Amino acid sequence: MADTATATPQVKEPLFGKKERKLITDPLNDNNPITVQVLGICSALAVTTQVYPSVVMSIAVVFVCAFSNLTTSLVRNHIPKQIRMIVQLVIIATLVTIVELVLKAFSYPVYKQLSVFIGLIITNCIIMGRLEAFALANKPWRSFLDGIGNGLGYGAILILVAVIREITGKGAIGGFAIFPQSFYDAGYFNNNLMVLPASALLVIGVLIWIQRSMYPKLVDVS
Amino acid sequence: MDFINIVIKTAFIENLVLSYFFGMCSYLAVSKTVKTAFGLGMAVIFVLAITMPINWMINEYLLTEDIMGMDLTFLRFIMFIAVIASMVQLVEMVIEKFSPALYTALGIFLPLITVNCAILGGSLFMVSREYNMMETVAFGIGGGFGWFLAVVALAAIREKIRYSNVPPALRGLGMAFILTGLMGIAFMSLMGIDPAALGQ
Repeated sequence: MADTATATPQVKEPLFGKKERKLITDPLNDNNPITVQVLGICSALAVTTQVYPSVVMSIAVVFVCAFSNLTTSLVRNHIPKQIRMIVQLVIIATLVTIVELVLKAFSYPVYKQLSVFIGLIITNCIIMGRLEAFALANKPWRSFLDGIGNGLGYGAILILVAVIREITGKGAIGGFAIFPQSFYDAGYFNNNLMVLPASALLVIGVLIWIQRSMYPKLVDVS
Repeated sequence: MDFINIVIKTAFIENLVLSYFFGMCSYLAVSKTVKTAFGLGMAVIFVLAITMPINWMINEYLLTEDIMGMDLTFLRFIMFIAVIASMVQLVEMVIEKFSPALYTALGIFLPLITVNCAILGGSLFMVSREYNMMETVAFGIGGGFGWFLAVVALAAIREKIRYSNVPPALRGLGMAFILTGLMGIAFMSLMGIDPAALGQ
């Protein structure tokens, strides 16, 4: 026993080295879950008409993504390959239930506003995608950071879309009107199109266009 | 509300993809050719129509606030996703046994459906809107049909747009989003339809 322990000395991994920092910063732009990996666009966009619910949604996704990555990584050597999907779904569903109950207890109006979309975090493809692609093959601490990074990358796009839609559609940010009344008197209108669901897709399409024009290496060749 | 009303309303006016963004990931992934879009669309109709009534019964009779002295409502998400995952597996085995032709056509798409938001979203909407059994079946069929329609339409447009000169940075994903947005605006013009008048 003692021999094997000395034969394979543990390489000391830094707790927060360069590689670890990259796990968090990468998904923010170069490997953004929404605009580059094309995961998790699903239902969550429906909450982006206003900034506040989007912030709550982003926090929920960061939480679920980070902790499901951590949990899966901890048990990764004990999951039989055939049933790994169902194990992952149970882990995610449990975490989402925690989020739902916490929201219901502390912020009931937001819970009402987000309604079914909290439950739909379960089928959010980013979370499942990161479990499959990262947590099943990496150590717990790095998986945890990867979860936080991807959650933040997703939240960044969500909040950006929400800010654009709320300013143009309702003339406000987080519920505070930003255009003075004199603007409206002078003939300014809120663009009602931006409140409709279809505009979220148009906004994301344009964001992808801008991002890919700025970073040509992301352009999809097919 | 009656059966036809809900079918028309969920298929056209409140289309699952275009107004709730349900199942967006697989929607973008399979809409490259009409053939694959058709396969997945059929599979979604099928699975939605089967899982929703089952989830309705579970929600109505098992996940109540007082069953054998326990409040089981907190198990809702886990139960729904477990039912969906096992039903997809079951449907896959049944189709493989009885219709190998359909199985080869749907084959690879069936497992994908477990994590399609449209299926779980349908079940969650059924709870929050307090549908009864008949309305749930109508919602399943209408919602599945609406999803099918949207994915096949986008695939057909994307097949044609391959011959157009799209700016390089917008090719692929960016264009798919903008097309879906425009389709959403087009579907919105159906909002004026009064389903109640059609049903009579």
